[in-house]
Amino acid sequence: MPYQFTVSPDFSPDHLSGWYIFNTWLQKQLGEAVHLEMYDCFQTQKAVIESNGIDLIYANPFDAAMLVRKKGFRPLARPVGVSDEAIIAVNAESLIYDVADLSSGIKIAVTDDPDIRLMGMIMLEAGDLNLNNTIIISCDAYILVAKQLLKGNADVGVFLAEAYDGLSNIVKSKLRVIVRSEISVIHHGLMIGPKLAHRKMDILELLVGMKNNDKGQDVLKSLGFRAWDKVEDEEMEFMIDLMDALSV
Amino acid sequence: MRDFKPEDVIGDYKEALLALYGGLSRLVLYTDIEIPYPDGKLIVSTTDKNGIITHVNKAFVEMSGYTEDELIGSPHSILRHPDMPSVAFKDLWDTVNKGEYWQGIVKNLRKDGGYYWVKATVIPNIRNNEVVSYTSVRRKPSRTKVEDAKRLYATLK
Ligand SMILES: Cc1cc2nc3c(=O)[nH]c(=O)nc-3n(C[C@H](O)[C@H](O)[C@H](O)COP(=O)(O)O)c2cc1C
Repeated sequence: MPYQFTVSPDFSPDHLSGWYIFNTWLQKQLGEAVHLEMYDCFQTQKAVIESNGIDLIYANPFDAAMLVRKKGFRPLARPVGVSDEAIIAVNAESLIYDVADLSSGIKIAVTDDPDIRLMGMIMLEAGDLNLNNTIIISCDAYILVAKQLLKGNADVGVFLAEAYDGLSNIVKSKLRVIVRSEISVIHHGLMIGPKLAHRKMDILELLVGMKNNDKGQDVLKSLGFRAWDKVEDEEMEFMIDLMDALSV
Repeated sequence: MRDFKPEDVIGDYKEALLALYGGLSRLVLYTDIEIPYPDGKLIVSTTDKNGIITHVNKAFVEMSGYTEDELIGSPHSILRHPDMPSVAFKDLWDTVNKGEYWQGIVKNLRKDGGYYWVKATVIPNIRNNEVVSYTSVRRKPSRTKVEDAKRLYATLK
């Protein structure tokens, strides 16, 4: 039975093939069979994690608490210089310039990325907005969040900053950012489960060393990363505490 | 903790003598100048179990006006504003000592005598089933929440 690897369903479509390339590289380096399964929604993936069906995961920070505290996962590494930031944007012609200009009853376009949704709602809270006094429009992708704003269906959109920045210039010219988060300590990361834990040091060494050889660099490039940095247990605990504090 | 020095303060100020935990007192100088909470940022700090600061993030340093060196090792009451009622902090400590999280709107005093409002969440940091420290994560409060807090705190002083 191969080990089971999965990636947070909010992966960018541009890097889908990159994750398969990464998995092929990993199996070869590690000399173990690892099966990569991509899930298209967080609920499905969570059910598999719950039933102990995952051994290695590139996890969303929102799921880190459950992985560490309930499922015995430990952090391995994070991509250098990549952190999760959220953006609140409006249609460029909107009369809204500040979160304080918004009032209850507004429509918010979001995806189901749990950490970005959380960060977005926290930024909107400064305008007394919450899930009880707003209408959520759930979208399958950030480009669809943008479309909801362009069509005037939604008053504000919540974006992963990286996804917003990656929208075409034509789309961006019709939108306007009202808040961009600067949190910097919330990030995705590779985490390892109990069944694969005996290879933790080997995998970590491979990941951290990737940037030092041509093959490793090619694989990193296909993922859009520069390098992997080790994540210490305490660093992960701190991020989990932070997410806990933001969730209440 | 050092008393305030007039040369650090910007603008017209008033004086207050704060009675702090453990019989300590501190002379503070404070002004009417509010510094708006920076959009999109979180202000984060960690203390040991006695409330001594062990970690601050960049936004904390920027908003408080102190250097990181001045903050680390100092009691968290370094930010205590005379307009904050002491019952609010008693409630904070009673709550986190039970292992629960505390949330509240807090007016903080800057080194330059100005102030800023935050919505704080203080949580106990639990490692190996034991509380080892506390972390406070602050976000931007809404204006209505600040107005409610102002009214409430004025009755509690
Ligand atoms: C993690 C943590 C963060 C705190 N943050 C603040 C703060 O930002 N401002 C403040 O006045 N007190 C803060 N306190 C409470 C102080 O420790 C202190 O109780 C308060 O300033 C009142 O001073 P006193 O307890 O000496 O009377 C914090 C406490 C903890 C545990």
